[in-house]
Amino acid sequence: MELLFAIIAGVLFAAGLYLMLRRSILKLVMGLVLIGHSANITIFTAGGLTRARSAIIAPDATTLPAGSADPLPQALILTAIVISFGVLAFAIVLVSRAWQEVGNDDTDQFAETDR
Amino acid sequence: MSLLVLLPVLIPLCVAALSMVAWRSLVLQRVLGTLGSVALLVSAVALLLHVDREGILALQMGSWPAPFGITFVADRMGAIMTVLAGATGVATFLYSPASVDERRQRLFYYPLLSVLLAGVCGAFLTGDIFNLYVWFEVLLMSSFVLLALGGERPQLEGAIKYVTLNLISSVLFLIAVGILYGAVGTLNMADLALKVAQAEDKGVITAVSVLFMAAFGIKSAAFPLFFWLPSSYHTPPFAVSAIFAGLLTKVGVYALIRVFTTIFTQDTAYTHTILLIGAGLTMVTGVLGAAAQFEFRRVLSFHIVSQIGYMIMGLALYTPLALAGAVFYIMHHIIVKANLFFIAGLAHRIRGTSSLKRAGAVSVYRVSPLTCIIFLVAAMSLAGLPPLSGFFAKLILVRAGLEAESYTIVGVAIVVGLLTLFSMTKIWAEAFWKSPGEAPGESTGGEPAGREHAERTEEPECDSALAGPPTAMMYAVCGGLAVVTVLVGVFAGPVFGLAERTAAELLNNGAYIRAVLGENP
Repeated sequence: MELLFAIIAGVLFAAGLYLMLRRSILKLVMGLVLIGHSANITIFTAGGLTRARSAIIAPDATTLPAGSADPLPQALILTAIVISFGVLAFAIVLVSRAWQEVGNDDTDQFAETDR
Repeated sequence: MSLLVLLPVLIPLCVAALSMVAWRSLVLQRVLGTLGSVALLVSAVALLLHVDREGILALQMGSWPAPFGITFVADRMGAIMTVLAGATGVATFLYSPASVDERRQRLFYYPLLSVLLAGVCGAFLTGDIFNLYVWFEVLLMSSFVLLALGGERPQLEGAIKYVTLNLISSVLFLIAVGILYGAVGTLNMADLALKVAQAEDKGVITAVSVLFMAAFGIKSAAFPLFFWLPSSYHTPPFAVSAIFAGLLTKVGVYALIRVFTTIFTQDTAYTHTILLIGAGLTMVTGVLGAAAQFEFRRVLSFHIVSQIGYMIMGLALYTPLALAGAVFYIMHHIIVKANLFFIAGLAHRIRGTSSLKRAGAVSVYRVSPLTCIIFLVAAMSLAGLPPLSGFFAKLILVRAGLEAESYTIVGVAIVVGLLTLFSMTKIWAEAFWKSPGEAPGESTGGEPAGREHAERTEEPECDSALAGPPTAMMYAVCGGLAVVTVLVGVFAGPVFGLAERTAAELLNNGAYIRAVLGENP
């Protein structure tokens, strides 16, 4: 199972990177989306994939019962998803504004500030 | 008393909320922001004094015992950085009305600045590595908006590169955090320091530490990951450039210092050698890039890159003296670099252009000798001439390099210092000294064909700057920061003492661990 998830994360990262290297600002944003997902799956996998019980503390106990899943990676992913959602919303608006201003989707037209 | 740790984060956040409520009145926002940043500076100084006297201060959020809750920790390093953030914040708030037009100010400029300061201070004071990621995102988000605010073409072009590369760096950071958690099962930095030292599989730890190096390397604009910086920092209004130049890359450097002194010390022969090579190349490429530029802020941007190399050199040598040098260098650099960008705005107001090839409307040297003196102080400090702060910063690093017998890096550092002086004299001659009568490009030499080429590739003029004669406040801010530079040089002894204590604390993470996890972790 770990192997499958690792491959998925790798493929997503590679696909995202490939899209970002294309000469289109729209594909650039798409690439960012995929790379973000890849990071989330990596955390999920690295935190340990188990068929354990869900992490609920019984009313009369103070600690998690043995053999429960680790809830922390999921909390991390949740935070990361929320942040990347906000950032992506901004990136999409930025790209659309830049497209209006430059009138082109080609990243080579965005080199004015590099000279 | 431990609430003091949280004040530098809480104050700017509250100020941001209040200034958003006061969205109708720019004056009110300005007053709130300025008072807030002064309060931030005061609380940060109080924090530094307390930490320096009484030792590391830790605060557990919601009283969850570490390592389960999120911890805020102020050691000397974090406290010093917060003080510098406060000082830059005050200067930026005072300078902004003269540099940012009213349309931009109306687009929630002041609240965004406050959020940026909160994010920066949060990153300096957090003791949890995932929380560091969150603070990074807070400061990045507001910096994205500040950079693109106004929506002019150069700004949007610069913002796309800045946003993309910083997001990639965040993703790398996130992946590294995930794998590290998988390997050792904790996120609290003090706990990480313990667990990493005990970890059996050193290979995974070293691999993760290199991932952190790449992520923070992008953020601190180290070689070869610096390209986003010189293509974006010259596009927004001068006040925004100045706070970015002063603070943002230094957050990356701080993160590098934090993880490579407190946490990842398991294989310094490997990781710190990479850092050392990176530091040397960063210095050289930055300074050579600057030599090829003819726009005020682009020259300065490349110099940020080259100076980052000095700070990483101090970290990479990994001796008490070298780390003290890195800390001293950061203190010197934040003040001087922000000041140079403020001065660039001042000179732009006087000359009407930031290009070094085009002759300005007037000779700054004739019109405003004061501007020239302020620039000379900052520029000579950057180049490292005694008795200014930059001299002592470089002296400590060179001395540390000689003691560690790394003669190559010492040679590089000295040559780069000389080339910095060359760049500064170029700006001095072209922007401050030359009178408008002289033909542009004359001093760059070359035949007519060369000049034609030069004119065709002229950078687009920055149109995010305001026109008109400079205000008294601009002089006050630039002059004030120049005085601070001189004072750091004059009182180099006590400042170096503080840097030495900071370095000792960084190199011995026992006190940090005890402060966070209690006496018997």
